[in-house]
Amino acid sequence: MKERLVVVGNGMAGIRTVEELLKIAPDKYQITVFGSEPLPNYNRILLSPVLTGEKKFEDIVLNDDAWYAGHGITLHKGKEVVGIDRRHRKVIAKDGTEAAYDHLLLATGSTPFLLPVPGKDLPGVIGFRDLRDVEAMLAAAGEFHHAVVIGGGLLGLEAANGLLKQGMKVTVVHLPELLMERQLDAPAAKMLKKSLEERGIKFMLPGVTKEIIGKHRVQGVVLQDGRELTADLVVMAVGIRPNIELAKKAGLYCERGVMVSDTMQSYDPRVYAVGECVQHRGRTYGLVAPLFEQAKVCANHLAHFGIARYEGSVISTKLKVTGIDLFSAGNFSGDDQTEEIMLQDAGAGVYKKVVLKNNRIQGAVMYGDTMDGTWYFQLMRDGTDVSSLRDKLLFGQGHLGDSGHGDIKNRVASMADGTEICGCNGVCKGTIVKAITDKKLFTLDEVRAHTKASSSCGSCTGLVEALLASTLGGDYSTAPKKRPLCPCTEHAHDDVRQAIRAQSLKTMPAVFTALEWKTPDGCNKCRPALNFYLLVAWPGEYADDNQSRFINERVHANIQKDGSYSVVPRIWGGETTPAELRSLAEIAEKYQVPTVHITGGQRIDFLGVPKETLPAMWGDLSKAGFVSGHAYGKAIRTVKTCVGKTWCRFGTQDSTTLGIDLEKMAWGSWTPHKFKLAVSGCPRNCAEATIKDFGVVCVDSGYEMHVGGNGGVKVRATDFLCAVKTPEEVLEYCAAFLQVYREEAHYLERTAPWVERVGLAYLKQRVVDDAAGRQALVERFRHSQAFAQIDPWAERAKGADKHEYIPLKMVG
Amino acid sequence: MQTEAKTRTSEWIEIGTLNDIPRQGARVVRRKDGDIAVFRTLDDGVFALRDQCPHKGGPLSQGIVHGHKVTCPMHDWKISLDTGIAVAPDEGCAARFPVRVEGGKVFLSLTPDESSPNK
Repeated sequence: MKERLVVVGNGMAGIRTVEELLKIAPDKYQITVFGSEPLPNYNRILLSPVLTGEKKFEDIVLNDDAWYAGHGITLHKGKEVVGIDRRHRKVIAKDGTEAAYDHLLLATGSTPFLLPVPGKDLPGVIGFRDLRDVEAMLAAAGEFHHAVVIGGGLLGLEAANGLLKQGMKVTVVHLPELLMERQLDAPAAKMLKKSLEERGIKFMLPGVTKEIIGKHRVQGVVLQDGRELTADLVVMAVGIRPNIELAKKAGLYCERGVMVSDTMQSYDPRVYAVGECVQHRGRTYGLVAPLFEQAKVCANHLAHFGIARYEGSVISTKLKVTGIDLFSAGNFSGDDQTEEIMLQDAGAGVYKKVVLKNNRIQGAVMYGDTMDGTWYFQLMRDGTDVSSLRDKLLFGQGHLGDSGHGDIKNRVASMADGTEICGCNGVCKGTIVKAITDKKLFTLDEVRAHTKASSSCGSCTGLVEALLASTLGGDYSTAPKKRPLCPCTEHAHDDVRQAIRAQSLKTMPAVFTALEWKTPDGCNKCRPALNFYLLVAWPGEYADDNQSRFINERVHANIQKDGSYSVVPRIWGGETTPAELRSLAEIAEKYQVPTVHITGGQRIDFLGVPKETLPAMWGDLSKAGFVSGHAYGKAIRTVKTCVGKTWCRFGTQDSTTLGIDLEKMAWGSWTPHKFKLAVSGCPRNCAEATIKDFGVVCVDSGYEMHVGGNGGVKVRATDFLCAVKTPEEVLEYCAAFLQVYREEAHYLERTAPWVERVGLAYLKQRVVDDAAGRQALVERFRHSQAFAQIDPWAERAKGADKHEYIPLKMVG
Repeated sequence: MQTEAKTRTSEWIEIGTLNDIPRQGARVVRRKDGDIAVFRTLDDGVFALRDQCPHKGGPLSQGIVHGHKVTCPMHDWKISLDTGIAVAPDEGCAARFPVRVEGGKVFLSLTPDESSPNK
């Protein structure tokens, strides 16, 4: 018999947990849900737009009755659970309905806190929490004129704005001197107040409510200083209280919320709790992003996977008031150990402040231009060292020269529905927005799965995230703190790599077992990553798994759209001879190559070669002295060079020879993503070394080394690593840099985003400052090269992997 | 004529041995009317599908095989090997061909499955 799961609370936290559970263990439980509201599950964070009239209730329903029925879930709408009998493991509703459980999930949410002032129970005094409150506000707006909102926090201001839109005269009474004092500092709070005043909202700051007056219905609010405000409607938005009465009555330990562990379990291990009703590591949350993270962890344990832990959430805030952009995250006030970088342009209505400690972002507050909020938030959560970005930090990601997206938010907002967002898969704005609203998508991954947008090259990811943010409202959270490697596991890239080394995992099945993979043999995302990680961790020991490689690497050629392949032989440093060219020409003619092309990396590309012909062609190339150019792999690609001082009147060093030496040292190595190099003989930089993963610019006094450049979808110029005197040192630093990249970057992460993620300062420390560490890196690189520098083409020409190149059978 | 039609539908062709197909891999049976991909999963299940992704015709035989699924090398569509149907939210289907293993030998029928929605 199936185990029984009872969920108390039909809100976002409870149902999100059920959804996560159904994803990973669809048949494990017989599920019963109790909800006190007589409504289906809806998106509470979108109540503000319902109040302003920008959305209808139907638009914010997340799961209709058919969804519950389709998953065999029993839903008790409008039935409030009033008791839990833990000894007999059942819950009892007000109307007498009972349900027995094996596991119980409490998601009772929170209620608005009502100030204990005289008159608080008068008709017309409400909170702002659920659809009933919104309906009461809309009804009042139709009948009355004056509204007072007590509380100038996030929720209070959203309510005030909504009531204003509905035609009421609104006054906000707020205890502290500044609005949203928990999210904003003084300058931002003042700018916010100014623009809300311009819209017509009045403020009483600081304002202490003494009494609410009225006979049969509220008529006014009296403040401590004697001022009296006319009010036909009073909305209290001074905070929320976790709903813990039910849990308390059942004897579960509660403080401000229901106390839960990192596994989302209460003091009774059969009873889980998620959402606004819980207290975790001393904190309670009132936003949606943490609750999604909790739901994931809780579902993982309910499914008996038992590997996820909730470690608390770092949260950011945005205000859902159309036309007002503000963002805040983390410690934005700073203290005596922090520094602040600030930009203030009162005329343009822009204010930005980023708080740093040891060159790491601690918090940020922004007003007017919040486009880079998500970027700062990501840098903050990743703990990225921003010392190399400091001078440009406040101008935003668009000014780093790597994104080319410009003002994303405005661009997205002003785009027509037919504008193409994802150029790879031809997905338009309208399609994405429709998918987000119709299919209730919340995350980037969901949008990728349903629309294919941003699922190929990824360069439109920022645009898709901006669309998610603008469509969902402010509570959209960019991404979970730790991104699992793929849906087969909860573990992130770094955790997996660490486990491979720490637990001496030397085969893929060993990784699957030790890290409790959810699938028997992984998927197309994790297998290539694991194969690479194992190869780097255990050179010479781990046997490369061909079946876990993408087709190009499996057959050592690039698949083309018609199923034929392209062949790119290595031409060391881009320098060749008439004899070499002659043999290449003869081979191209012999195999009737339809197209011969010169690549951007100074190589010759034979396109349109049938798979069956590859080994024979490689045999001829091999005889002529050529080896594989690895143009198909996440590997060392090309070293581009200029002619250098041998010929060029400006040349300062022998860039060609250095390029050839670099290529002879590095070829054959597998890397997290493709890796390109270049050597320019002088600062005119004809070899374009400053958009390569590793570039050398020769100068009269020696060699300048640059890293992390990219000329692809997002152009990024390199960062300067350091300068050295001799070519031998260039080889040494290059090998060390390559090895750190191989050992520490995530699979499929180019050097450009990697350098930004870990910070240039860190790489300088590893490769430049720590001489002994650099030597050790070089040693490890050389060791791995001993097993890597075997020409795959020569082997296959001699018959290796023969089955890959011939049909199993010809019929008909 | 009648007998010929009958033999055609029930004709099994021996295409090789199980060991000819790598585990978590595939081989191609070449024919005029379009190639057929023959897959072998980790648990030694053998499946045959038309070697054309329902998306843009990519060769499924060249994809990565995981579980009872293959990921097309062109644009990462996942196709269920048991049914030939694309994994949701993608929509489409590759024709399925009957295949069986007897005594280590693999036999294939060149007539797509009746129930296959996309013959």
